[in-house]
Amino acid sequence: MNLQGILAIYRFEMARTFRTPAQSIVSPVISTVLYFVVFGAAIGGRIEQVDGVSYGAFIVPGLIMLSVLTQSISNASFGIYFPKFIGTIYELLSAPISYYEIVIGYVGAAATKSLMIGVIILATAGLFVPLEIAHPIWMITFLVLTCVSFSLLGFIIGIISNNFEQLQLVPLLVITPLVFLGGSFYSVSMLPPAWQTVTFFNPVLYLISGFRWSFYEVSDVDVGLSLLAISVFLVICMTVTWWIFKTGYKIKS
Amino acid sequence: MTTIVDVADLTKTYGSGHQALKSVSLAIQTGEILALLGPNGAGKTTLISIICGIVTPTSGRVRVAGHDIQSNFRAARAVVGLVPQEITLEPFETVQNTVRFSRGLFGKPNDPVLIEKVLRSLSLWDKRKAQIKELSGGMKRRVLIAKALSHEPRVLFLDEPTAGVDVELRKDMWAVVEGLRAQGVTIILTTHYIEEAEAIADRVGIISKGEILLVEDKATLMARMGRKEMIIELQSPIDKVPEALGAYALTRASAGEALTYTYDTQKGRTGITRLLSDISAAGLVVRDVQTRQNSLEEIFVDLVKDDT
Ligand SMILES: Nc1ncnc2c1ncn2[C@@H]1O[C@H](COP(=O)(O)OP(=O)(O)OP(=O)(O)O)[C@@H](O)[C@H]1O
Ligand SMILES: [Mg+2]
Repeated sequence: MNLQGILAIYRFEMARTFRTPAQSIVSPVISTVLYFVVFGAAIGGRIEQVDGVSYGAFIVPGLIMLSVLTQSISNASFGIYFPKFIGTIYELLSAPISYYEIVIGYVGAAATKSLMIGVIILATAGLFVPLEIAHPIWMITFLVLTCVSFSLLGFIIGIISNNFEQLQLVPLLVITPLVFLGGSFYSVSMLPPAWQTVTFFNPVLYLISGFRWSFYEVSDVDVGLSLLAISVFLVICMTVTWWIFKTGYKIKS
Repeated sequence: MTTIVDVADLTKTYGSGHQALKSVSLAIQTGEILALLGPNGAGKTTLISIICGIVTPTSGRVRVAGHDIQSNFRAARAVVGLVPQEITLEPFETVQNTVRFSRGLFGKPNDPVLIEKVLRSLSLWDKRKAQIKELSGGMKRRVLIAKALSHEPRVLFLDEPTAGVDVELRKDMWAVVEGLRAQGVTIILTTHYIEEAEAIADRVGIISKGEILLVEDKATLMARMGRKEMIIELQSPIDKVPEALGAYALTRASAGEALTYTYDTQKGRTGITRLLSDISAAGLVVRDVQTRQNSLEEIFVDLVKDDT
């Protein structure tokens, strides 16, 4: 096991974050504050409570998930796409480092960054609404699992993208809508029955629901189902990554 | 002599259908400097990329220090350093960090003393805190070399290390290469410049259209190349070489209107002065004199041309 190699990639990627703190850390915080102002204050004034939780507090888990999902994907996809784009990937390919070690380095760094952002947003939210976390261990488990699996998804996107546009496409066109429609800002029970059925096909719903349960013990779906959903997703991403490296798809000619 | 890189029946057909290598076999000796000479598109970079693990071979086998590059890739790659042809560097990274990164990637702990030594040997120490994008092209190329040296390779591939580098810097690089050879590092470099191969290589390999046409000791090549022909044109034609000039290796040419003298430029005495005075003593009048050199360039052009 090339531990030094994994660490080198990890440090290199983390250094990139701290070189551009405005883009990496400040901007997610600012957008969270804006969401609070708009949703929490404006709408929260009309909707008093959802499932017995004040509206401001209710949206916190969804907001964290929104940022963590998009950040995981964009960090990891950019992290591997950039060396491919400028050609420095030659060094990874010629080094005595295995594919899974490369994945650990990149995905580990991307997941760490989004975890940090998640925690920062949680702390920021604490300034606006009183927070209570019923199951801290489960909360961390959901958060970490989400960071890792979506960083892995980002890594895959970074490898198969042919240009910067494709790199932006998935987070923009797929993830953001799924998060918004996955019950970040409302409870599914507030929707008409037909839409409720549709929503249950949205995988992100299971994430947000499980995550929210760890805070307030209220959920749209059973928490076991949430855990299963994220585990299945993680396994799918790992399988795809394994296949990409086995075949050298889009990496080696 | 032991073989450190052993390439056997290597072929590569790219996805586009282009066959870049046609059954290449090559044994690189420990500690030698091998220059791979070949025109654009000959397959030099492809060959190097396969040995280093960047390109997957279509068929064939490569061993580095006895380790198969596919089944035992860690051991094989651990001893190999690569300086790619294209300048590929993270623009926002600092010189020092990118060199340190390379060492880490090869599984070695940070070693500030060694990194300083490498940076100094390439005159990059003053620039260690600079971002890559602030460097000139020649400096960037040296950063690539520093990255490859940071993990102390036993075999170093330099893919056109002096492309776009001025004469001064080229000399500096040759000095670095000499220094590495003194430490026992095996060096393979590709180049378009014949002088470069002449100046630093022990052996020269010529590759064209995916095939290795020749691998020879530079000394052997130089001996071939060292032969020079002098063509002495005469005022009036002769039937045969005069008896008095029998001691010289002379042949009649151009229907007796010229004499051809073959000599070795490497020798201390070429015998030209004495030949010319003996020619006039024999009563022949010289109209003109030309010399022709059998240069490596010529050998190279001949070989590559024959191949078409
Ligand atoms: N990724 C690739 N896909 C398809 N064809 C390729 C690829 N890389 C190289 N080739 C082709 O393979 C042949 C050999 O290319 P290679 O880069 O090995 O040549 P080279 O000897 O290094 O040339 P140069 O002196 O110009 O660097 C060329 O015809 C080139 O077009
Ligand atoms: Mg080349």
